[in-house]
Amino acid sequence: MNNDLIVSVSPHYHKQDASTQRVMLDVLIALAPALVAGCVIFGMRSLLLVLISAANCALLETVWNKLAKKANTVEDLSAVVTGVLIAFNVPASMPVWQLLVGDFIAIIIVKMLFGGIGRNFVNPALVGRVVMMLSFTGSMTAYATNVAKVDVLSSATPLTVVDSLRLSDLGTLLLGRHGGMLGETCAAALLLGCVYLCVRKVIKPTIPVCFTASVFVFTFLFNGFNAQSALLSLFSGGLMLGAIFMATDYVTSPMTRKGQIIFAVGCGFITTCIRLFASSAEGVSFAILLMNLLVPYINEGTRTKPLGGVDA
Amino acid sequence: MSLKLLSGVHIPHRKNTAEMPPVRMPPPATVTIPLSMSTGRPANCVVKVGDHVDVGQLIAEPGGYVSAPVHSSVSGTVKRINTMLMFMGATCPAVVIESDGAMTPWEGIKPPEITDYDSFIAAVRNSGLVGLGGATFPTSVKLDVKDTSRIKEVIINGAECEGYLTGDNRTMLDRTDEIMAGCALLEKWLGVKKIIIGVEDNKPKAIAKLTEAAKADPCVEVRKLPSLYPQGGEKVLVYHTVGRVIPEGKLPLDVGCVVMNVTSLAELAKFCQTGMPLVERCVTVDGSAIKEPKNVIAPIGTASREVIAFAGGFKDDNDVGKLVQGGPMMGVAQYDLDAPVAKGTGALLVFNRKDARPAEPSACIKCGGCIDHCPMSLMPMEIERAYENNDAALLKALKVNLCMECGCCAFQCPANRPLVQVNKLAKTVVREYEAKLKAEQEAKK
Repeated sequence: MNNDLIVSVSPHYHKQDASTQRVMLDVLIALAPALVAGCVIFGMRSLLLVLISAANCALLETVWNKLAKKANTVEDLSAVVTGVLIAFNVPASMPVWQLLVGDFIAIIIVKMLFGGIGRNFVNPALVGRVVMMLSFTGSMTAYATNVAKVDVLSSATPLTVVDSLRLSDLGTLLLGRHGGMLGETCAAALLLGCVYLCVRKVIKPTIPVCFTASVFVFTFLFNGFNAQSALLSLFSGGLMLGAIFMATDYVTSPMTRKGQIIFAVGCGFITTCIRLFASSAEGVSFAILLMNLLVPYINEGTRTKPLGGVDA
Repeated sequence: MSLKLLSGVHIPHRKNTAEMPPVRMPPPATVTIPLSMSTGRPANCVVKVGDHVDVGQLIAEPGGYVSAPVHSSVSGTVKRINTMLMFMGATCPAVVIESDGAMTPWEGIKPPEITDYDSFIAAVRNSGLVGLGGATFPTSVKLDVKDTSRIKEVIINGAECEGYLTGDNRTMLDRTDEIMAGCALLEKWLGVKKIIIGVEDNKPKAIAKLTEAAKADPCVEVRKLPSLYPQGGEKVLVYHTVGRVIPEGKLPLDVGCVVMNVTSLAELAKFCQTGMPLVERCVTVDGSAIKEPKNVIAPIGTASREVIAFAGGFKDDNDVGKLVQGGPMMGVAQYDLDAPVAKGTGALLVFNRKDARPAEPSACIKCGGCIDHCPMSLMPMEIERAYENNDAALLKALKVNLCMECGCCAFQCPANRPLVQVNKLAKTVVREYEAKLKAEQEAKK
């Protein structure tokens, strides 16, 4: 019997429920309200796209692992999260094959080619979105108002018409009854997911709060000190989805609080600049991707100071 | 005083034995007493095979300044002097004594005569006491401060922040008088003016009892601390009680503190009253494979297997996965069920196979949880990466040497990374790197 004892390094117990799978499951739960909202606003095709995209990403990762002769990592659910997020970033009218291309870019090119989970240096779902936007501009900007069951505010994302909006439109923006990608319009549902993630301690509020707050401040400063349009700009485009679910991606955001603040303010600054001064509508996507690239440098510059550490 | 608390983790306490006063087990047929049961040098054996020894009789002298004497824990005959393989891979001599079952105290046992600082330190030296919280630093070395004015406070560690362990809790409840007597000794011979007994708030009975007892001694203060592991870590405890940071490479004394485990203090008082050195200790027997959790007082050197058998044995003899000496966060997994109880063994935890198997590690997802939960504000995931890249200079800059191996990082890691193991290994990398630097510098001269 003596020889059967298992010997391992301490600690000898582990936090219950602490697993990558549980983290990803929590993200999926947090995404659920926005999916429901997407189905109500843009119709049940939203659900179909989300399911297809999630299944496709899981399949792509499985096939890749098989071909690369690696242990399958699909049960950690990270591919499913990526799949859901990619679908959230397309209009409900998106042709399925184009969505599948986005999945391929995200999972194979961005994630698996760089070594799989934890190794990608930019957010896979965002690269998927940007590639689809550049390749299939027509379908990506055909905001699906015609399939909506609920009257939608306008045929364009409010981002382009933000200056013409009034404060009384805030309710509409919160409920997401306007054109946009299928998962990004309902700010209330996304915020609900944010609260869930913070309560479950999956994320800290640092990045979403600093990101949105800096968009508000910079929009206010750069756009004629108009508090109303600065406020409304928070609910337009992909800001809420990006700030809550994309910028907070562990792998591609800084590790320390200080680093996260720098990262989030940088995202807010670039988002505002692109929105106000560039011709592209993809402010949030490009902002997060650009800041993703800076993360290694931010990490190096924001190392913690060990307790009692003496400089050599 | 409001202080920002250092980070830590909320571990499952599982103090199943908190209400169980320790039970003294009968002497086992043989004891195997390792001669290296403290930090520092092993003790030098002074008995030979065939010698008769009694309880409390010296069997090994300190092997240096940082070392502690070892005494026989039973009466009987020295059978063998073995070489024992310790968990770190080193070996040490171990004295095997066959008990005659009588537990006759040695005739030379008498209370020490203490007249001044020097005779007090000599008495502590002879008691064989080491830090009973698990660190096993020789108590005589800790208290031998030479200039007693350097001590501003003595902090008595009653945090007992590990899971399962309740030995210190029982000391605080059952041996309150000895703790107070120990405080009086420190005041008298070391001139200590302030003694803070720190206890985690998951032990309200111990706090109540000590607070009541401390009313008689104006120097003693009982401090309730939040139950946040590793509250009982020396640096954490000093910071949370007196608000001082112990700098890298320094001792608590350098910031005016002496930290002592509460059971060590009670044992010190007992030695000064009776003259009986440290020959037995309370061990918490618990874990998922244990039938009846218990606190057992076992002679030092008793095989773990026999202590467990006395407590009631295993639930299922065929489902014994892991034996841990010490707590679940920092205890050491043993390779042999016969591993003897040493001075620093606070618990024998046995887990079934299901609980014993460490989870398979997966890729780091860079969640930063290990950084958020490190009480020392280290960056375990960065250390791991630097270790994988064999970057000794970066490991040194990341201060891996400050790691106390408390296990918070690994405990909360969603990817089950073996972070404590990496930190241990990284420390050797840094040590070799520093040795190399030193050699290069000397070569230049």
